[in-house]
Amino acid sequence: MKHEQKHNPPMKYGMAIDLDKCTGCGACMVACMSENNVPFKKDESNKLDSITWIRVYKLTNGKSFPDTEICYLPRPCQHCEGHGGHSPCVSVCPATATDYSQETGIVSQIYTRCFGCRYCMAACPYHARYFNWWDPVWPDGMEKSLSPNVSPRMRGVVEKCSFCFHRYQQAKNKAYLDGERRVPEEAYQTACTQACPAGAIVFGDLNNPTHKVHQIVKPDPHNGNKSKNPRAFRLLERLGTNTKVYYLSSREWVRRAGDNYLEHEKTGQVSKPHH
Amino acid sequence: MDSALIPKGVKRCPMWQFLLGLGIVGAVLAWGVYAMLLCWFKGLNQTNMNDYYGFALWIWADLAVIAVGGGAFFSGLLKYIIGKDELKNIINYAVLIGFICYSSALLILAIDVGQPLRSWFIFWHANVHSMLTEVAFCLSCYFSVLTIEYIPLILENRQIDKVPFFHNLGHNMHETMAVFAATGAFLSFFHQGSLGGVAGVLFGRPFSFREGLLIWPWTFFLFTWSAAAYGPCFTLLITWITEKVTRKKLVKDNVVELLAKISGWMIFTYTIAKICDTTRWANITAPGLGQTLADFYTGTAFYGYWILFAEVVLGGLVPAIILISAPLRKNPVWRVTAIILAVLGVSLNRWVMVLQVMAAPVMTFDQWILYYPSWQEVATTILPVAYGIILIMISYRYLPIFPQEAELNPIDDEPEVEAVADAPADLEPAKA
Repeated sequence: MKHEQKHNPPMKYGMAIDLDKCTGCGACMVACMSENNVPFKKDESNKLDSITWIRVYKLTNGKSFPDTEICYLPRPCQHCEGHGGHSPCVSVCPATATDYSQETGIVSQIYTRCFGCRYCMAACPYHARYFNWWDPVWPDGMEKSLSPNVSPRMRGVVEKCSFCFHRYQQAKNKAYLDGERRVPEEAYQTACTQACPAGAIVFGDLNNPTHKVHQIVKPDPHNGNKSKNPRAFRLLERLGTNTKVYYLSSREWVRRAGDNYLEHEKTGQVSKPHH
Repeated sequence: MDSALIPKGVKRCPMWQFLLGLGIVGAVLAWGVYAMLLCWFKGLNQTNMNDYYGFALWIWADLAVIAVGGGAFFSGLLKYIIGKDELKNIINYAVLIGFICYSSALLILAIDVGQPLRSWFIFWHANVHSMLTEVAFCLSCYFSVLTIEYIPLILENRQIDKVPFFHNLGHNMHETMAVFAATGAFLSFFHQGSLGGVAGVLFGRPFSFREGLLIWPWTFFLFTWSAAAYGPCFTLLITWITEKVTRKKLVKDNVVELLAKISGWMIFTYTIAKICDTTRWANITAPGLGQTLADFYTGTAFYGYWILFAEVVLGGLVPAIILISAPLRKNPVWRVTAIILAVLGVSLNRWVMVLQVMAAPVMTFDQWILYYPSWQEVATTILPVAYGIILIMISYRYLPIFPQEAELNPIDDEPEVEAVADAPADLEPAKA
């Protein structure tokens, strides 16, 4: 068993989103909603209490025409690892309704245990957690096409992106039946990854050198920066949330928008968190 | 009509006047209950809270009443443990106010959570890493302690006291009250502190995140300190309001001045600690996370630097100096001004640590979001106030809350009632 663990370190599922490729089409949002039975509201005009597990932000460089540049930034749950699994939300939930999986690195949410205190939402700087302010509703007839693999959430609980965890379960079951101990890369992909027409989203095991996501964000021994891809950055990295969603951009202003930098600081100079 | 229930040696308003007052406050209470039922049956969509303001008016009210309710544990500590015996003349009222504050806090929490029927999960599936778990355990235990401290007061009602069992029970509870006062102080230290920790551990929120001592961020200690400092001011404020409403002097000046003086020094030392905390946070913690003080106090007209000034200077230094200074403290106008400023100051602190924490954007492309409560939120926040007023009205009318009242307000035409002296001499009720 120990021998097996040595050669099979824990998986750490993560995502790389190339912002230079993202066109902001919103297909990832639609796919996510459809895949995960994300409900609608009767009135969707107030976006402050609507639910979108992955949300596409529109960023600008703040310059006027003709120097204006636009970037679209899809933001799923960042699946923070924090320190030893103590991500911002997991460590604060009083009822252990949210948990960090040491097996997969995925932050999960147990809807039937959540009692809706919303402390996790207060703790998440990415606004990746959503409260069900309303009873879930779907357009007439659509309830018949809900996914049977994902439980609909009731009013009064918090929900969020799970990296389509039900797909992992299915892929894992199949792999075990096939005598495998590792889920093949192509067998477990999130809905947003599959739906992205520009191929901007890549998903896989960050710990597995054979996975594309690992190759994209991790070491590139030929460019001199052995720690990570120079185009890669993470949102609010200096907070120490240790997220598993990486963004890629060749534009300095986009990388700068990823974190709070003081005027004299440059991107990539991430100081050590104070906790 | 109810003269047999009214404590001996004091005078109360006519029954019709009492019932009229109860009716008016009861109408407000009913309005709050209606809003509460709406929230329970229709859900939290009745509020204006949203995904940016998951913690809003209710949680602020919750933290504020717990802070000002700290007068109960700190007065108890001063009287029973430290030995400030003069405070026996206000401790009953401090306990009553504390009981109201803590029961209100529990009620607000019961409305605030999305699934109230699952609230027990916090005990059943407790996450020992969560500050909220610590809050829930200590809050529940301390409310039990306050109930135990309030029971002897009820047992001192003239008619209840005639029953030998209740008389003995009340007497013995008084004798052991120091144990409960000590337990209450211990529990309060942790749950007041944990409420500070709730904000301080949010390492994803640079506005509230603080470094720590041992396993706690130092907002843990600041919250406990501030509750002990400002809580007595609220006790004094409610006492002053009660005196104005009843048009009677209920507590002697030496008692009020002693508590005001202690509170003044506590506020002063707390404010120094708060300034040190703010200075370090603004110069070391926040810049380390990439943000500056200006990021938190500019960008929106509402959350401006005025909040910092109002909290630290107007609600901290000013009342502290007034209450420390003997001439100012002895002047009723200055004293009352100071305790009002103090109560507003600690309430503002709790507002900042709850709402501004979430309003301050952390992602660079996020925006400041403002929030205003719905009428349902306002009604359910006023609900505990109405409940508190009713409990004070009933307690004041029928229980010996103020031991000095009879002495300060002698009456000539005392109605004929059975004397308490009928009781055996060895079962004389305690005069705590």
